[in-house]
This record gives sequence, structure tokens and C-alpha cells, in this order.
Amino acid sequence: MSDLEKFRRETRAWLEANCPPEMRRPMTSEEDTFWGGRNTTFSSEPQRIWFERMRDKGWTVPHWPKEYGGGALDPEQTKIVRQEMAAIGARQPLTSFGISMLGPALLKYGTEAQKKEHLPKIAAGLIRWCQGYSEPNAGSDLASLQTRAESDGDDFIINGQKIWTSYANYADWIFCLVRTDASAKKHDGISFILFDMASKGVSTKPILLISGRSPFCETFFDNVRVPKSNVVGTVNRGWDVAKYLLQHERAMISGMGERGVGRPLGQVAADSVGADEQGRLEDPILRGQIASFEIDEAALACAAERAVDLAKAGQAHPAFSSAMKYYGTELNKRRYEILMSAGGIDALEWESERSKGGARPRAWLRTKANSIEGGTSEVMLGIVAKRILDLPGA
Amino acid sequence: MALVLSEEQSMLRDSARGLISDKAPVSHLRQLRDSKDATGFSRDLWKTFAEMGFSGLLVPESFGGSGLGCVEAGVVMEEIGRTLMPSPFLSTAVLAASALSRGGSAAQKSEHLPKISDGTLLAALAIDEGSKHRPLQTRMQAVRSGNGFRLNGAKAFVVDGHTADLLIVAARSSGAAGEREGLTLFLVDPKSKGVETERTAMVDSHNAARIIFDNVEVNADSVLGEVDQGYPLMEGVLNIGRGAVAAEMVGLSEEVFGRTVDYLKERKQFGKRIGEFQALQHRAAQLYIDIEITRAAVLKALQSLDAGVESAGAAVAVAKARAGSTATLAVQEGVQMHGGMGMTDQFDIGFFMKRARVCQELFGDSNFHADQLARLKNY
Repeated sequence: MSDLEKFRRETRAWLEANCPPEMRRPMTSEEDTFWGGRNTTFSSEPQRIWFERMRDKGWTVPHWPKEYGGGALDPEQTKIVRQEMAAIGARQPLTSFGISMLGPALLKYGTEAQKKEHLPKIAAGLIRWCQGYSEPNAGSDLASLQTRAESDGDDFIINGQKIWTSYANYADWIFCLVRTDASAKKHDGISFILFDMASKGVSTKPILLISGRSPFCETFFDNVRVPKSNVVGTVNRGWDVAKYLLQHERAMISGMGERGVGRPLGQVAADSVGADEQGRLEDPILRGQIASFEIDEAALACAAERAVDLAKAGQAHPAFSSAMKYYGTELNKRRYEILMSAGGIDALEWESERSKGGARPRAWLRTKANSIEGGTSEVMLGIVAKRILDLPGA
Repeated sequence: MALVLSEEQSMLRDSARGLISDKAPVSHLRQLRDSKDATGFSRDLWKTFAEMGFSGLLVPESFGGSGLGCVEAGVVMEEIGRTLMPSPFLSTAVLAASALSRGGSAAQKSEHLPKISDGTLLAALAIDEGSKHRPLQTRMQAVRSGNGFRLNGAKAFVVDGHTADLLIVAARSSGAAGEREGLTLFLVDPKSKGVETERTAMVDSHNAARIIFDNVEVNADSVLGEVDQGYPLMEGVLNIGRGAVAAEMVGLSEEVFGRTVDYLKERKQFGKRIGEFQALQHRAAQLYIDIEITRAAVLKALQSLDAGVESAGAAVAVAKARAGSTATLAVQEGVQMHGGMGMTDQFDIGFFMKRARVCQELFGDSNFHADQLARLKNY
């Protein structure tokens, strides 16, 4: 037996012994996601147990080095852990922008002191991060951002406004793009800086969305004092860090369309439209839409697996995450259109206990942001045209 | 297993690409079509394929082959897809070699496999009867007669049926159309009394035939696998064929896409290169993404077939469905973006469009495989 087969066997046994049965069921509400942070609470005892066991093993971030709270696994082993978790339907023990976005950027651009300070707290779910990128006048044209950071001795003084800051009202710290040189060309005067959301002068205001929920905020900075040592990478070269982080953000968002969450679509549809004696859905057009969706979903999962393997082999194109982001988000929107159609009038209830407070229609409306956040579908296609296809003037 | 080609597989791709792009560019197919060539492919080139070990790729080493797998067959098919080379590779080296290695008796294997490997035997798989691929609906009759069977029926879309030295024929030895039980595969000599072959010129200038079996007598030794239990063998071989055709469509799509992107960078209108127009840039990007995702799904299916895992059937359905829809999109965008030039026979793009349509139908189109997936998932 090869070392990897042995590792797979051990992983399977460990997960079997340590993942509580409740944590293997499809997630049905927002409470099922554990985000960590200073003020966090667990929504259930199994959620706490599962998180703590995974944290102690270093498997909230299996591929990070040990000294930063990771499991020090190589890419093959990491893939095995992911596959074995998927095989039993295990939930992510910890979901965090620290893991999916900031962590990779710190590992590449952070100083040793920054890594030691922040990474272990991310791995252990102690600090919850938010992302200060978009501004009211800097959406798709992100590099035109105007939040300014002015030098004052060893500190920067930050003034300005961010928008669409996911969960800023729950976050402990923010990674933020600020303009440190107003006279430079727009990509050249930006810095990437970290600060505590409890700092004096930071305030947040949730934005009510079409889903009736407020996952995003407006975030205001009024003379916020931040040490210069909190800049990641070089001052005025923050755009490099920002772009690198975006690749990881896009890979994360594309993953939303990648795997089935909740019950299989075929079963959901059978409950409302019924099935014939051979088990085929009575609505043949819906059946075809589901099959066609599931074909694309399975193919995308293959592409995600291949993207990781290509990266390992040093054959990946850095802009490929934009391709995945485009496809994954469009696919996720399709999933929810099918779910709404399959659910019929039951999927229209907005507040009842029966509908878990309108969980499905709210989730359906939430997905419409997928192809906007982290770069719109149109921006993603533009990046593919320019950076991968090398089309003129793109 | 990593979802990328291994070093050996990349080397195989390079050598297949070298040979095929050199000896059989699209002009090779054009020349065969224009000269109304009676064979429809180059026997000399097939000899070269044999010398390079391609004809015996899937034949076990004990019968003179290389004993390689579906991923390797897919690598060659993809290169064939790039230049649309007509060749018995699919019919003989993929389908017949798989059917014989999996279902053949010791005698059948030692009689046929070495000849497939050295390129001296051409074979064809005869399954389809109606206008759509519906293997379970096989109606051709095999009635016991003396020591063997008597075959009656008609087959259509038999790839390379006009040049085959050996036919592998699906017939119903019991049961009714639609049932899994009762299907049997037979090895039939096309020169047998009662076999009538009509070469059918197809839209893609590739090779196929309709074959009528009128009271054809075959002996008991001609049964491939088990009587009445031929379905699993047939389905296994068809899945390999589906994976191979999906790989051909990936090569075809990528070639069309490459030619189209080149054209976008060159063609000028309104004083600029048409690739500067965002309307075209976004469509090109969408097609690129579609091809990359399909490529991953096809490699997954081929690896699953080689690993013999239970999920291979679903992976093949996904791959063939995706490859069909991707190729359809690629050729349509290819013709459209080439404008009027794309409509001319002089330009090669049309050849790709025609071949993509045939590959869609071959062994089940995208709808057939979507239905298969829905059945596998019980909805």
C-alpha cells in the first residue's frame, strides 16, 4: 500500500470516528455555517465538537504550515482530506474569509511577524475578517477607489467609505484597500492594510437586500489611526496583493456552484411534480433541465479538481480562477432557478415556520449577487479575453 | 489520480500529434472526399499507425499490443479530432479491440487481436438500427439453428462497415426490444452468405455503412461473450466508444476555437481587428471556458473507465453530453465568427461543423446522455 493510500485509510477512519452524524447532514440554514470570531457562539453542541476536533488536528486549514495552526499536509493529502470529507457529506468546520482570502495573501506577501500574529488566530477561528474593497464609485472599476490613508509619523490616518463589505457588522478585523498616493496612476497608489474593526472611527451600517437579509454593509472610516506596520507587501504596491487575493476569492465563489448542497434536485422536484411508475419526473422538461444542470455541475467539479492538479504540476494559468468564477456563479444561479421551479408555490413562502422563514426564496435571491460580487461575470469574461486569449484591446 | 496527463501520456500525445498533423491535415480528408476515394481512408497511413503501436494501443501485450487504457486511446482520438483524419482507429483499435479483449474466448482473442495490433484486420461494431442510438431497442433476430444461429435484420451507421473484415453484431436471441436480457453479440464474417453492405456517404465524409443480414448462418463459436447476456459487455464497449468520441470532440472543439481566435486577431473591419469588439471577446471567453470544463470532464470519464469504478457510467454520460454540446457551440461560433468565409467550402471550418454533428449522434447525443444520467440518479 502506498503512503497516500495509507493516509486515505487513516483519514477515513479518523473522520468516521470524529465527525458527529449531525455534521454530515446537508446544511439547511445560515446558522449551520460556523464563522468564528471574538463574539461567536455555536448553534449546536455537535457544531462545537466538530470544529474543535478539526482545529486541534490543524484541519481547519489542512495545507497551512504547522506553526501557523495548519495541518502541514501536501497538496495530494489535502485533496484526499477534501475527498473523504465530501464522501461522508461532512460540513466545513469553519468558514472564514481569513481562510479563503486573507490567508493565501499573507502567506505570499506577509512579513513573518504578520503571519505569526494573524494566521494562527484565523486557523483557530478566533478572529473573523471582512474585506474592504468596493466603494460607492469603485465597483467593477475597483482600482479607482478613493478611501485615503495619509501618513502621520508611524501611522496612517484613514478616511473614506467602503460598500458591500460582507458581514462587516460581525467582523473583528478588516483587510482593506486604501489610496496612499493620490498623485500616482490609479493602480500604483494603492496599499493593502489590516486593522481592527474596533478601532476608533470605524462604523458599519447593514444594507437591506432583495432577500430581506443584510449580509453586506456600508463601512465608514473617520480618521482611523492604523500603524504603518500593518501594511501587507510594499506601500503603493497593494494592487498586486489585491489581485492575488481576488484569485483566491474567485476560486472560493466558483466553489459554490460546484457541489450539491441540500437534497438532490431530482428528489426535491419529485415532491412537487410527482414521478411516474418508473420513477421519472412527471414534468419532462424540468427533468431535462435538472439533468442538463447536473451534467454541467459534475463537469465543473472535474474542472475544479483539474485546476488544483494543474497548479501542482506548474501548468495553471493565473487568470483561470476568473473562468471558474464565471462558470460557477452562473451555474449556482441556475441551480436556484431550478429549485424555485421545482418547489412551485411552496418556494414562495417568505416568513412561515414551515418554510424556515422563507429560506429557499431568500437563498434564491441571494445567489443573484454571485455573478456580481468578487468581479462581475462581464469583468471575468474580459479578464479571460485579455489575459488568457490575448485578444486585442481587451 | 491527478486529473492531468502523465509524462508518458504527454509523450504519446506529442508523437500522435506529430504524425497526424504531418500526414493527415484537414487537406487529407478533403482530398479523399473530392476524389470519391473508394476506401475513404488511407491504408498506408493505417500501416504507419500500426508501426507506431497505435492500432494495438488497447490490445493486451500478450496479443502483441501495448496494453494501454482509455486515457491513451483518448489522447490519440483528440489528435484525430484536430485534423478530422478518417481512420479505422475508433472502429478497430478502440471498439473491436475492447470488445474482443473483454468478451472474447481464448480462441477468439488469439485469432483476432494480434491482427488488430499489426494492422491487418479491420473490424466494425454494428449496434444501431433506427435513426437514433437506442441500444436496448435492438430488434435484429438471432434464432437458434442447428449448432448455431440464424441472423435476420438490418444495421445502420456501422462505422467503417464498408471495409471491415470482421463485424461485431448485436442481436436479440430472446426477449423483446427494450429488455436488457436476451441480447447477444456475434462475430460475423461480412463475406458470409446473406450479408449485404451498402456504403453510406455521410455529411462529414467519414465512413459508415448500412448492413442487411438475410438469414445469415453463424456457428456457436461466433458468439462473443455469453448468449442472452451480451448487454453488459456491449454497454461496457459502448462506454469506451463514447469516451473516445468525446475526446475526439474535445480535440475538434479546441482546433476550431484556436482557428477562430486567430481569425479574431487578424480580420479587420471598421478600422480595427474584430477581436477588439467586446461582443466577440465575451463569446470567445465563454467558449474557452466551456471547452476547458469539458476537457476535464472527458479526462475524468476516461480515467474512471480505466479504473473500472462504479461511477464510470455516470462520468461517461456527463462527458459525452458535455462534449456534444461544447462541440456544437464551438463549430457554430466558429462559422459565425468567420463570417461569409466560414460558409465557403474552400475554408476548413465547415468540415469541423459536419464532423461535430456526426460525433453528436455517434453512441448517443447530448439528450440521450442527459436521460441516462437522470435514470442513473433515479429521477
